[in-house]
Amino acid sequence: MNEVLNFVIVGHVDHGKSTLIGRLLYDTESLPADKIEEIKKASDGLGRDTEFAYLLDHLEEERKQGITIDTTQVFFNTDKRRYVIIDAPGHVEFVKNMITGASQAEAAVLIVDVEEGVKEQTRRHSYMLSLLGLHQVIVVLNKMDLVDYSQDRFNSVKKDVADWLASINVAPDVYIPISAIKGENITKKSDKMPWYTGPTFMDSLDTLKNKVSPDEKSLLFPVQDVYKVGDKRINVGRIETGTITTGADVKILPTGQTTQVKSIEKFLEDTHQAVASECIGITTADSVFLDRGNIICSPGAEPHLTDRVKANIFWMSKRPFTKDQKLTLRCATQETTCKIERIARKINSSTLELIAEDANDIANLEVAEVIIKTKKPVAIKDFNDVQEMGRFVLVRDENTCAGGIITEN
Amino acid sequence: MSSALSHLDKLENQSIFIIREAYSQFRDVAMLWSIGKDSTCLLWLVRKAFFDRIPFPCLHIDTGYKFKEIYEFRDKYAKEWNLDLLVARNEEAIAAGMGPDKSKFNCCNELKTVALKQAIAKHGFKALYLGIRRDEHGIRAKERVFSPRDEDFEWDYKNQPPELWDQYKTKAAEEEHIRVHPLLGWREIDIWEYVKRENIPTTSLYFAKNGIRFRSIGCETCCGPVASEADTIDKIVEELKTTNISERSGQAQDKESDYMMQKLRSLGYM
Repeated sequence: MNEVLNFVIVGHVDHGKSTLIGRLLYDTESLPADKIEEIKKASDGLGRDTEFAYLLDHLEEERKQGITIDTTQVFFNTDKRRYVIIDAPGHVEFVKNMITGASQAEAAVLIVDVEEGVKEQTRRHSYMLSLLGLHQVIVVLNKMDLVDYSQDRFNSVKKDVADWLASINVAPDVYIPISAIKGENITKKSDKMPWYTGPTFMDSLDTLKNKVSPDEKSLLFPVQDVYKVGDKRINVGRIETGTITTGADVKILPTGQTTQVKSIEKFLEDTHQAVASECIGITTADSVFLDRGNIICSPGAEPHLTDRVKANIFWMSKRPFTKDQKLTLRCATQETTCKIERIARKINSSTLELIAEDANDIANLEVAEVIIKTKKPVAIKDFNDVQEMGRFVLVRDENTCAGGIITEN
Repeated sequence: MSSALSHLDKLENQSIFIIREAYSQFRDVAMLWSIGKDSTCLLWLVRKAFFDRIPFPCLHIDTGYKFKEIYEFRDKYAKEWNLDLLVARNEEAIAAGMGPDKSKFNCCNELKTVALKQAIAKHGFKALYLGIRRDEHGIRAKERVFSPRDEDFEWDYKNQPPELWDQYKTKAAEEEHIRVHPLLGWREIDIWEYVKRENIPTTSLYFAKNGIRFRSIGCETCCGPVASEADTIDKIVEELKTTNISERSGQAQDKESDYMMQKLRSLGYM
């Protein structure tokens, strides 16, 4: 059981994300006895029935207000593999925490309260998933107990969700009627809903696919740092895509110099090849002086080098962007100051309504199509081709204020 | 070489990436070494990240109440691995007789958090590596990989920075230091499987003697053992697969009150 899958649970506030996770942990006996005691005690203290959400909502404020403030991660196993569950807050106030959680996931579960139906954060969260490139989605319609397990109600909300998701190019694997609080269709088939013949929530998790390691793609090795060890200059970094072999010809961006890989350096290991996701050091045959932010790639398969980046960005700061502000763009280990030259259009991330064309500012939670002019050239890829170098963050006053997706270059 | 990295390989690589990222950004850094299994694993990863030439000190916050095995282990491996070891103690509080009998909350705060503050003030570290993990405690599960602390050492857990795609927080002027957490995604069982794979030394306190062992170690005064027959790493791994008791069940500061850990951490506790 070596496989691990990370998935995030998103959806509108109070639709039951933390309760679903708590129930899953409880029903799979993933919880130590003293933790169950602890939440029983904490629930009693606030005069409530045992609240499964407290397994995740650990902050005092979260328990008192009954909402999740920050994203959290917990672990659980099925017979098939291990899971990391990322709980994301559903309140509009904490969308940046939801994005933080979702950016670390390989798959997503969208939870919708079947009584309330599609709400503001249902739409915004699923749109953010689509923007972040998370296309493996399971939809659960929760609180079926509140609608008497009605198939008609399930079908009607399912249609609303499906219509919305189709409009943002998300095609979910499955729609599951559940009651997290009662444990219906979580780990075992519910006898309350004989009309439902699909998988339980837990079975549907086991059908999700792990992200494939991008070994087959061309080499991209962003230099993270350079260490002088003895008389060696070791260029360290993580292979984002492809593989590195000693003796291979490599090209260095932005300088365009070419050289060969002389050695691959790993402490206590003697190796001649390294694959994507490995953190290694390399030395080069010629004495080229590399620096953080250089990109090592294969000659003939270079990423696009440009000082003009067209992208979709999502703004995550309460302080709006105005065109005179200076930003720093960080893409892999590359870093450069930049300006947003043009805000071609911006939309409401929950309704997708056009707010303005040729705008002068971008406010919190807005998604904008922009052209960024960078001071130094950056090596980039199309997000659909290589996610690792097709995305970036924008930093203002040392705070990440936006994420960006490069859709064409 | 197989292209499919194992679960432990992935964790190792991610941790080394984080360790190098923090050093690249801050340079003036130190790692907290409590001599426990997690921070000793972290130390092992740090040795790997820097090819055994660690370019910063290892800081031990010494309350004076640690197990004698901890001091012995510390001194042995500090020498063997050629570490730049710094020992930080809040001498004033120790001299004044601070101890868990006064108040566990005040004792943790004075002898650990204040001692750490003194060390940071003295050496001017911009960032600190810590071996905390998400699965240890619900509060730690909310942490970021790079987590800022303000000048009062407070953790603003209600307004944490976004952290996406391994682009970590840079330090703003008003931030006192950044806590760096390379092991956040590791579980207790991963640590032990890695200890076994890499043959990393750990103190004898973790291995059962006379039917008890420690799952988590710290001060002798506030650490309780668990009933266990696990006297080898393999047996510990087996025990963790079936246990129904949480790792820090022996740690007094987690128990005292529901939110003691949150209050301690918001004041700068590790």
